Amino acid sequence: MKARAFSYFRARTIEEAFDAHVRCADEARYIAGGQSLVPALSLRLQAPRLLIDITHIAELRGVRREGEFLRIGALTRHCEMLSEPLIAEFAPLLRAAAPFVAHPAIRNRGTLGGSIALADPAAEFPAMALALDAEIEIAGRSGKRRVKADDFFIDLFETALEPGELIVAVHVPLFKSGQRIAFDELARRRGDYAQVGCGMLATYTDKRVDDIRIAFFSVGSVPTRAKQAESVLAGAVLDAAHVAAAQAALANDLMPPDSDDVPPAMRLHLARVLLGRLLGRLGEGA
Amino acid sequence: MSAPLTSLDRPNSYIGRSVPRPNAKRLLAGRGRYVSDLRLPRMLHAAFLRSPHPHAKIVSIDCEQARALEGVHFVATGEDLAKICTPWTGTLDHFKGMTSEPQLPLPLDRVAWAGQAVVAVVAESRAIAEDALELIVVDYKELPSVIDLDTARQSGAPLVNPGSASNVCFRSQLDSGGVDDAFATATHIVEGEFSFGRHTAVTLEPRAIVADYDHSAGMLTVHHATQTPYQFQDLYSRHYGIPEARVRVIATDIGGSFGMKLHVYHEDMAVVGLSILLGRPVKYVADRTESFVSDIHARDHRVRARMALNADGEILAMDVQDLTAIGAFSTYPRTSVVEGNQVIRLIGAPYGFKSYRAALEVIFQHKVQTSQYRAVGHPIACAVTERLVDMAAARLGLDPFAIRDKNVIADDAYPRTSPTGYRFEALSHQACLQRLHAMMDYDALRTEQAELRTRGIYRGIGIATFVEITNPSPAFYGVGGARISSQDGATVSLTPSGEVRCLISVTEQGQGTEAIISQIVADQLGVVQDQVKVITGDTEVTPHGGATWACRGAGIGGETALQAARALKRNILEIAALILQEQPSALDIIDGQVVDASTATPRLPIAEIARIAYFRSDTLPPGTQAQLTVSHHFAPQGYPFAFTNGIQGCSLEVDVETGFIKLLKHFVVEDCGRIINPMLVDEQLRGGVVQGLGAALFEECRYSDTGQLINGSLADYLVPMAMEMPDIMIAHVETPTKDTALGAKGCGEAGTAAASACVLNAVNDALAPFGASINSIPITPTTVLKALKRF
Amino acid sequence: MSERDAYVPDEAEETVRVRFVVNGRKVACDASPRETLVDCLRTTLELTGTHAGCEMGACGACLVQLDGRAVHSCLMFAVQADGAAIDTIEGLSESGAISDLQAEFHRRNALQCGFCTPGMLVSAHELLSQTARPTRDEIRDALSGNYCRCTGYEAIVDAIEAVAKARASASCEDGGVA
Repeated sequence: MKARAFSYFRARTIEEAFDAHVRCADEARYIAGGQSLVPALSLRLQAPRLLIDITHIAELRGVRREGEFLRIGALTRHCEMLSEPLIAEFAPLLRAAAPFVAHPAIRNRGTLGGSIALADPAAEFPAMALALDAEIEIAGRSGKRRVKADDFFIDLFETALEPGELIVAVHVPLFKSGQRIAFDELARRRGDYAQVGCGMLATYTDKRVDDIRIAFFSVGSVPTRAKQAESVLAGAVLDAAHVAAAQAALANDLMPPDSDDVPPAMRLHLARVLLGRLLGRLGEGA
Repeated sequence: MSAPLTSLDRPNSYIGRSVPRPNAKRLLAGRGRYVSDLRLPRMLHAAFLRSPHPHAKIVSIDCEQARALEGVHFVATGEDLAKICTPWTGTLDHFKGMTSEPQLPLPLDRVAWAGQAVVAVVAESRAIAEDALELIVVDYKELPSVIDLDTARQSGAPLVNPGSASNVCFRSQLDSGGVDDAFATATHIVEGEFSFGRHTAVTLEPRAIVADYDHSAGMLTVHHATQTPYQFQDLYSRHYGIPEARVRVIATDIGGSFGMKLHVYHEDMAVVGLSILLGRPVKYVADRTESFVSDIHARDHRVRARMALNADGEILAMDVQDLTAIGAFSTYPRTSVVEGNQVIRLIGAPYGFKSYRAALEVIFQHKVQTSQYRAVGHPIACAVTERLVDMAAARLGLDPFAIRDKNVIADDAYPRTSPTGYRFEALSHQACLQRLHAMMDYDALRTEQAELRTRGIYRGIGIATFVEITNPSPAFYGVGGARISSQDGATVSLTPSGEVRCLISVTEQGQGTEAIISQIVADQLGVVQDQVKVITGDTEVTPHGGATWACRGAGIGGETALQAARALKRNILEIAALILQEQPSALDIIDGQVVDASTATPRLPIAEIARIAYFRSDTLPPGTQAQLTVSHHFAPQGYPFAFTNGIQGCSLEVDVETGFIKLLKHFVVEDCGRIINPMLVDEQLRGGVVQGLGAALFEECRYSDTGQLINGSLADYLVPMAMEMPDIMIAHVETPTKDTALGAKGCGEAGTAAASACVLNAVNDALAPFGASINSIPITPTTVLKALKRF
Repeated sequence: MSERDAYVPDEAEETVRVRFVVNGRKVACDASPRETLVDCLRTTLELTGTHAGCEMGACGACLVQLDGRAVHSCLMFAVQADGAAIDTIEGLSESGAISDLQAEFHRRNALQCGFCTPGMLVSAHELLSQTARPTRDEIRDALSGNYCRCTGYEAIVDAIEAVAKARASASCEDGGVA
């Protein structure tokens, strides 16, 4: 399990990273935390000619308020999701999901930008970006652009990122009073990829849900919003009938893959159970 | 029942004391010396190209590009090694009629499982060797394969061994008589089909070997992370034609073994041959992906069993059929049929019924071999028996404790021969049952369970009795022609400084072998423990012996050390008596001092005896030759095995909506005879239990229909981790064996033997209100939800 | 491996100079970019107390401290660590930073084969530096990425719990107005 040989370049600016990438045509890879990339290299599942280390690019760092958004630099590590007060205050769903991301030592290295860019359909943060209606700030040679999470995840490990582009930051709309979140996942062991996971952000007026965004992970080839379930719940009080209707709607929202150990019907069942439990917690003011 | 008092029970005895392991501090400081750490001058690194197919003919192999790569020293195919290594066959004579094809380090013309090593590359680094693997082109012609047990048994199925008539490796039957009558007259019959997934040892340090052949000396030195260095000394000598005295096997610190590291592996044999061909040290450390497809797997059994009971709930008879699939070959030199053999002989072992019938069928398939791994056969025998007992209890309306109390062999009914032919010297099921009942606070657990059920929380309580086989005599392997020793040897010396050195053939993999040997020697000699240095694991240094497997380290190795120490003590006291002009019988040794036996008054430090004997022998009476080094061998006699027993219990909670299971608490009452170091015994039990819990809930080698292992990584194969494991309460009953002065039996496999059975019973207990039943291991959320018909 | 046919290994693989502070000492070594930190530590620097168990971040045997935080040395290349401070089990032992943990592990036999132990100690050290009095569940959670095949974990949890307690009472006695 030793990687193929490659060259290494440590970029200090985004421009340096782009230049290096261009020089190596398509055979370069950016590395940040590397917690998924390094095993892929060791297993020789990937074999770039050049590894461009972007962890020393200052522009990709930092968590701060920018207007109605919390700007979370792409290099923000998973462990900072647990320790950074601004995240606890303005993006509590990321704080809630972070303890479920792998293990402590992985969280010390893994980055938010890396997780979003990889777009593992079983990972927590890509789905939470969906639930939060986050915007992904992307830099390319032609400049910067912001893509809504809804438009970012395209297919299995395929995103709106063009070759050579990298994620600068994730912008999360600030958490407001009247909003509630809930997160949980069903994993066989602590830190494992979940059999099903879900996070949600709801905006309440009194006991009525004005608006809700529900995102699942480990249910298909991409992190997936449960849009029909959302529409069942929008404007409703979360009573048993609405919860049941939302659970039923998941049949249309999710298309679980055929997997060797979790049959699609079981995954759908687990998603419904999880949705029911999380809506219950939401109702309790979770 | 506790052990009768003997000289081993003196107030200051080291026997029975929880003493920390002297050799553990090194490991805590990162100063362990594992084979994977080893670097020798001019050492090269091996890597293996593996078959992508479960069954294929090797049409051609093109290694030219690989050979040409800078840094590559050698590329070997099967033919290169077949020239210098004789083939091996994994059969033993006492398994009548068993077959298995001869094996070579690398295959000549056919591969028999996906992952089998085909070509070896030796290079200056592992990375370069792996680069070269990518440059090798093997032309395979795929052949039909058999992956699952049922297909393999069908007539007309593709043959794993083309020369055979079928895929049967071995069949065996047991019949005590009376089974049909018992079933005909039984009031209750319970039956089921039970399946046990394949799992594997997953030692944290993968297999590691450094072979170093020196042509000038004709000497092979192998640094080998193995439990059994003498066995490998013998095998390397015979298969490579090197005189035994010129083969040295050194087993230093080993990162876990559990039975997995005592088998012959193709890669390990190849590495020895590569070193011979190159005349340089060659290192091979399996990486984790290789471990999963080349380490032995275990279990993979399907058992149909039924149990007959009378109206009172007494067991009358059992009738059992065990099918097991063992991969493409039987392993060498212990074979792959021992697990099945132990399954059919251990089923029903705790109970006093008379009529038993069993059939075993061992089948080849195109997968990596299964073989002996911790608690060989025990978890299967235990789960089948204990599940049937619980099913019977439910049928009869008896509590699980009550039905066991009614049926276990009474503690005063020994010696006793089981219907499967095992002879039990003395077991303590009744005492263990009582202890467990109290320790679990069983009645309170049941009350709590009932109360929680009314709130929709489903807890389960499971118990399982077990019998464990330890301290094997030559009846285990020797009688079948295997050169696997059941005796051990120790050499104990009083050093010139008056310290003690013990060289012993039992080996250390972290279970505390060196600690308990030093306790025994210190105790028997009368010196403080830190004056005793124990040395293990080097065939050039320590006497030949069986080493550590089948829970024989304490029982056989410990008795060897005890007798050697007693002999040395006699010799020391003889010299002391000459110096002090006393009778030896009037003297004793306490804390390194020769004392008056009657008054314990110190007379002379043993260091002074050593000084005189080694440096001033002229002051001893003429004709005196001090023998301050003693070698002693001990082979078990009397009972062919020292059986131990015990009972485990567990409490868990099933989330009936998700199928997830939370282990709450585990309990063990165990009787391993005399306990030398209670802390180490408890830790053996805990570690063993967790391996059983892993098997119960998580571990399974899953294969695709096309014979590919689909979860062969530590991210996909689920081992038990800290968060999911419960605290484990332990209590002991002590019934020493009278076959030895020490009285110790083994304890290393007891934890694994019954843990999964407990969980199986507890999950079924939790699901009882739903009428759902599960008879397969591992129990996954999928299994639970299917049983509950939730999707 | 789709790129297989195109793959021609570089005959002369270039190494780069890597400088870091390892166990408190400045170290410079030449590493191939593809060399993982664990391989570099174990081979080039002969710090074999850090172990490789899975080479994919699933077992915790290779944990070291990188700039004070526990990381998998199998999940980064040595070149990435250029400029960083690395502490391995050898350094943590010599500095005495974890001597109480080591003593308690020894006293309770919270190790058998010892292969997981350096990684366990790194995890335990990090936990106790962040949480003074963790619950047993928090301890188990902190160890959730450290695989041990031998012990069953309980003695390890016990040892960490005992050290946390001892440190807390010691800091009270040291005049902490707890």
